[in-house]
Amino acid sequence: MNEDRLNLIKEKLSGYGAEFYDVNGTPGVITTPENVVKVCETLKNDSTISFEQCRDAVSVDRFKKQNRFEVIYSLYSLAHRDRLFVKVLIPDVKNPATPSLTGLWNSVNWYEREAYDMMGIVFTGHPDMRRIYMPEEFEHYPLRKDFPLMGIPGSLPLPKK
Amino acid sequence: MSKTVYEKLKENDPEIPKSKILDALESQDLSVEFDDALENEMVLNMGPQHPATHGVLRLLISLDGETIKKAVPDLGYLHRGYEKLAENMSYHEFIPHTDRLDYLQPVANNIAYTLAVEKLLNLEVPERGQYVRTISAELGRIQSHLIAYGTTVMDTGGLTPFLWAMREREKILDIYDMYIGVRFTTSYSRIGGVAQDITDEALRAITKFIDEFPGYLKEMRNIIERNRVFVDRLEGIGYMSKEDVINYGITGPILRAAGIDSDLRKDEPYLVYDKVDFDVPTATESDSLARFWLRFEEMYQSVKIIRQCIEKMPKGPVNALAPKKALPKKEKIYTKMEELIHDFMLINFGQNPPVGESYGAVESSKGELGFYIISDGTGHPFRTKIHSPSFCNLQSLPVMLKDAFISDSVVIIGGLDPVMGEADK
Repeated sequence: MNEDRLNLIKEKLSGYGAEFYDVNGTPGVITTPENVVKVCETLKNDSTISFEQCRDAVSVDRFKKQNRFEVIYSLYSLAHRDRLFVKVLIPDVKNPATPSLTGLWNSVNWYEREAYDMMGIVFTGHPDMRRIYMPEEFEHYPLRKDFPLMGIPGSLPLPKK
Repeated sequence: MSKTVYEKLKENDPEIPKSKILDALESQDLSVEFDDALENEMVLNMGPQHPATHGVLRLLISLDGETIKKAVPDLGYLHRGYEKLAENMSYHEFIPHTDRLDYLQPVANNIAYTLAVEKLLNLEVPERGQYVRTISAELGRIQSHLIAYGTTVMDTGGLTPFLWAMREREKILDIYDMYIGVRFTTSYSRIGGVAQDITDEALRAITKFIDEFPGYLKEMRNIIERNRVFVDRLEGIGYMSKEDVINYGITGPILRAAGIDSDLRKDEPYLVYDKVDFDVPTATESDSLARFWLRFEEMYQSVKIIRQCIEKMPKGPVNALAPKKALPKKEKIYTKMEELIHDFMLINFGQNPPVGESYGAVESSKGELGFYIISDGTGHPFRTKIHSPSFCNLQSLPVMLKDAFISDSVVIIGGLDPVMGEADK
């Protein structure tokens, strides 16, 4: 992404208190659950920016007392052929929640379901908040740092002998 | 009180005799009547063990007659938790696991992963190494597209082209065997290069293969191009509008079949794709037939890329000389003290990249395959997210299946060309 375009994005997002970070040359925006919908609305619908596609959502468990969970959306602009990451820092550690972006991109549906399945982050307003990989009766969130690699014995009931 | 079958038959023909089988039927307590059975929506479970779903994809389909009204994909039957595993092993140890993601083209996965790690480590691969990687990745693309070609034709009832495709694919596997040492799960790339240099024997085999392959491709095209059954089964099936394709985050041949020439090899050139000349084929029909022929065109382009790579490939090392980041050569480990120490440290504790985040993506045969890696400065990645194209593309399946015939579902899934190893991670 060139300088002019990044400055344009910075200017358009100046009202939402967004900070910027760098992913190996690709810029990223850091925002909060309160602002994420507005930030993404601007990024998608503003004709000079136009990120038409959301290609992925990465969920992260930082395992610390504040801002433990993060969701990183990977946006792609087909008009300008560049990429932008939008990182949402979720302050609530006990019941992590952030608004869903399914209203903006249909593709977000499964990405958010995956984040919910793996990390237990609830996306408010999501039309179909179910687990996607693990069985429905599974109670834990496997990609959280406090979930052991070997699994929890008895968490998945096996057939009786 | 609804009428019995016999009473209904008698309305049409008053003199119809009552047969014994109707007596037997009426004597049973039937809660579903013949007429109701056709009016009611039927729920059908397709998969996870179904030959047409190409793996362990399960679909719950709601049918009205033969028309699909609703479809819900169910994933996770091949979920092995690779993202969790990646957090608990060093960067090098994860390379063999990437083979098992998209198992139709393991080399592309190896390369995508190592590219992301190299970005994190700020490591540059020597030019010859990049050329070797490009050749391997393009062979992988042909390998994967051949399967897509063969299975799509087989799904519509033609067995011969599938065997032809497998015959060609076998040649690629033999070439891999020659210079990688493994036919299938290659684990070829290393952080900072590749496992071993490509041999002249393998280069000759590749040259022979790409000389002959376009002729076979022509044969493969001729056998089905004007086949009425094949074209009728695919044309206009699985249509998805351009807006939907974009909105569903689809990448790869399906996006290009909707008329958008998005290809990471052109847009964000990695390896040596900016040094070779090739086209990005597109189509506008956005149906299964367009996707099918688009993959076919891409094989021609891959041949073109491989030919240029072999011509332009310079001599020199294939592995980066970076003692703290890339593994040293095996013969040096046995004879030199320094290399032995570095090898010991890298194997036991891994690379220690700076704290930060990195995203590396390649255009695999199915779309954008990326790895988002977060490092906390230790030898293990803090988080590895696999962005798999099959997972993202599968999401559009309910849209494509809506109002299609149930027999077309097979063709539509074939047109998406999902690999469940990748979709389920």
